[in-house]
Amino acid sequence: MGRTTTPVTNGKLKIQMNGNNFKSAVCQKNGYDNKLQINGRANGTGPPSGKRLFQGQESFEQAPMYVAVMTYLGFGLVTLFGYFRDFLRAVGLEKCHIAKERDEQKDFVPLYQDFENFYTRNLYMRVRDNWNRPICSLPGPVFDVMERVSPDYNWTFRLTGKTIPNVINMGSYNYLGFAENNVDFLKTVAERVQQYGLGVCSTRQEMGNLGIHQELEELVAEFLGVESAMVLGMGFATNSTNIPALVGKGCLILSDELNHTSLILGARLSGATIRVFKHNNMQSLERVLRDAVCSGQPHTHRPWKKIMIMVEGIYSMEGSVVCLPDIVALKKKYKAYLYLDEAHSIGAVGPTGRGVTELFGLDPSDVDVLMGTFTKSFGAAGGYIAGKKELVDYLRSHSHSAVYASAMSPPVTEQILRAMRCIMGLDGTTIGQTRVHRLAENTRYFRSRLQEMGFIIYGNDDSPVIPLLLYMPGKVVAFSRAMLRRKVGVVVVGFPATPITEARARFCLSAAHTKEMLDKVLFDLNEVGDELCLKFSQRKYTSRPKEQHHNNNDLNKDFKQDSL
Amino acid sequence: MSQLAMDLECANFSPQAPAYHLILEGILILWIVRLLFSKTYKLQERSDLTEKEKEDLIEEWQPEPLVPPVSKDHPSMNYDIVSGPPSHNIVVNGKQCINFASFNFLGLLDNERVKQKALASLKKYGVGTCGPRGFYGTFDVHLELEDRLAKFMRTEEAIIYSYGFATIASAIPAYSKRGDIVFVDEAACFSIQKGLQASRSFIKYFKHNDMEDLERLLKEQEIEDQKNPRKARVTRRFVVVEGLYINTADVCPLPALVKLKYKYKVRIFLEESMSFGVLGEHGRGVTEHFGVNRLSGQGYCFSASLPPMLAAAAIEALNIMEEDPDIFSVLREKCEQVHKALQGTPGMKVLGESYAPALHLQLESSSGSRETDVRMLRRIVDYCLEKQIALTLARYLDKEERFLPPPSIRVVVTVEQTKEDIDRAASCIREAALSILK
Repeated sequence: MGRTTTPVTNGKLKIQMNGNNFKSAVCQKNGYDNKLQINGRANGTGPPSGKRLFQGQESFEQAPMYVAVMTYLGFGLVTLFGYFRDFLRAVGLEKCHIAKERDEQKDFVPLYQDFENFYTRNLYMRVRDNWNRPICSLPGPVFDVMERVSPDYNWTFRLTGKTIPNVINMGSYNYLGFAENNVDFLKTVAERVQQYGLGVCSTRQEMGNLGIHQELEELVAEFLGVESAMVLGMGFATNSTNIPALVGKGCLILSDELNHTSLILGARLSGATIRVFKHNNMQSLERVLRDAVCSGQPHTHRPWKKIMIMVEGIYSMEGSVVCLPDIVALKKKYKAYLYLDEAHSIGAVGPTGRGVTELFGLDPSDVDVLMGTFTKSFGAAGGYIAGKKELVDYLRSHSHSAVYASAMSPPVTEQILRAMRCIMGLDGTTIGQTRVHRLAENTRYFRSRLQEMGFIIYGNDDSPVIPLLLYMPGKVVAFSRAMLRRKVGVVVVGFPATPITEARARFCLSAAHTKEMLDKVLFDLNEVGDELCLKFSQRKYTSRPKEQHHNNNDLNKDFKQDSL
Repeated sequence: MSQLAMDLECANFSPQAPAYHLILEGILILWIVRLLFSKTYKLQERSDLTEKEKEDLIEEWQPEPLVPPVSKDHPSMNYDIVSGPPSHNIVVNGKQCINFASFNFLGLLDNERVKQKALASLKKYGVGTCGPRGFYGTFDVHLELEDRLAKFMRTEEAIIYSYGFATIASAIPAYSKRGDIVFVDEAACFSIQKGLQASRSFIKYFKHNDMEDLERLLKEQEIEDQKNPRKARVTRRFVVVEGLYINTADVCPLPALVKLKYKYKVRIFLEESMSFGVLGEHGRGVTEHFGVNRLSGQGYCFSASLPPMLAAAAIEALNIMEEDPDIFSVLREKCEQVHKALQGTPGMKVLGESYAPALHLQLESSSGSRETDVRMLRRIVDYCLEKQIALTLARYLDKEERFLPPPSIRVVVTVEQTKEDIDRAASCIREAALSILK
């Protein structure tokens, strides 16, 4: 499985990590190469052949200079207009729509400072029809979007009552296609609703510990290959309530630059010192680690109590995969602990869907704390945290959510049980495996076609999250609206979540997408890309041998929902 | 003529300015040269360590274990296992019991209508929403639920979160930022404390339900404000209280609070997880209980939205609450019954208002050590479980709570409990107390 063919470049290609010219195989050029290979084979928990499974390439091509200039110009223009409009509003020429205080409270300190809201008022409001789009069907590979109109330029919305049916869904996190409403598949879930009702009305420690919760925890532990696991009702809260239980004052957290809000909140609530290292950059991490161990705590220079490295499996905004073998080697050398957040990677990567540890052929017990969510690949809600038995026992008694938050709802628990059994093949079918393979195929196909077309996409070749760079604020909005008109639902992300010059569209592929759906999306992307001049890439790819030529009529057909 | 004069004046001025400038610029250039050639130093790096010393330090350093060992008989280690649904008749650790421990006040957990609606939603939407609200995770059921909640609570708008604990913990930092001031009741629950910690504002605690203490703090703040009026104009002030406190089972004095609000210009944050659906003639909560008006609030969230079948169930529950407001007076009656029945339990006192559906039973006199107290209460709970009454200890994170409430047994009242059940439970608890607390 060697993927070492390098594309032909014309000199303008620049990769952001490691400063090397090209990352041909993950983590090969940073000095840990030889040792790593030996460790990989000696562990013996990888595939029997001992070959490294993962040879994916990551690329973060930079756009030509004029794109950055135009982006800044665009923002500058919009800001100027914003000031102008604010002036008009102050003078009274323009109506002011923002939420106003009641009369009795006119002399209270205002809830929102005018300046803080500048961005929301003048930039976000104008284009906010691209977010929070309500849907009224299953969030499967196709869905029905509810039509909204705004009489006052997006300040308020009104639902017309009509829906846009059968829009292809490229935005929901439905990696293995478990967001389904097939009556047979959901039979056990329906039974649980009948039997248990919807809620639990208590916390895990009081009267909320149901037998099925324990069943689920055992299954999760088996799935991941660890000793023990604990499940919680919300993925976000899994991070924000458990990290404070693991580290506290006097400990050090080394967090990746692009970590998710839940990790950052958990780290802040814990009271530990936080230091950030550059995204996926092993030299930066090693430097920070060395510094920390040698210098100790600031001012007092006492040694740190614990050092914890927090990383994610797949970073959802970049599509990059963490350099896990290197991090494990570093953590062993410096005796730090590793917290791996697999929200997007569990179920979505790895030959049998076990996540990044399987992808790299590593032993899951090398990672101290494995955390993940059930929202993305299992079509349910909630999160888990897993590891050694002592760790999970400690968390059962000291985690904030075990003591204060209600337990997971029974039908949701059942859904996770059945989805996990399906992936593991325990239900006697190969549906799970087929889906994992189909997701991998869809990913490879979609990515290579996008690159051929000339778009700039970020991330690892094996990651089902595909950010497509749009850069300019106007194009971001035009892209989203144009794609919706063509019945493709995309997600676009802009400034606060991404750097200001790197606005992007993010595609989340699913095992439930058929090849026809993907081809339609690609066809539309091609057209919209040409209309809006989005093909910034300067790499030249040899195109794949042409497939049988699709009839345009084929591509315009309506994709009905899977009414099973 | 005047032009010439002006030119001459300029010519006169010019020789003087450059000398002054030249000296200044010369000093600046010398300073730059010095900066360029001086050694740079970083505050964090200990550059006086050699490589070998660094290696030694790395070798020697031993971190603490990731988690400290937990003893086997730690009270929170052994969960009570519930097999089957946590309804009125609950099976705890293999024994069939009457449920006095799950927060199922209106008995809606077992309601057929709610279940049917949820099943219909399951057939249509599946289980999960696969995304946050911003990215196609907003379903029509969410919008409907928010609409209905706003109408029910008589506010302008409502917003739902997917996790109870996270709601107030996310809402507080959305409004109150660094530099703002928050006045909080001491008995506030843990999620409020976490929300306050995340907000990085100044926190001032006032004694539980003590309006005079709060007024004292507000007056002090006013004096501070007068010293620095510019800063005062931009500092927001909030008061956070609960409608029905989960830790002490009593109600906040809302009318007095509203008076203080207008006098000192603070905004009120009302946490009603216990009083929603309980207090007030129509279950609208503590504001209806006292006859006070609400104002609007908005917030935002980074997490996957609520599964649609739970939202559908909530809508149906709201329907039931609206159709049959008698249910609240029934609940109140039962609360009074339980409250009365538990009075006079030897060695224990009942904490909470007579209309509060979740009471605390505390020891009248503590033994001095929290551990012993907890163990005695646990024995009472076990005795009751044997006699088929399901109770539970109120759980807290001992080290993390700011004002740790004393150990207690939580007794929950639901509309499904009959008079016989209540009498049985009361006599069982009395027996337990007599035999264990002698």
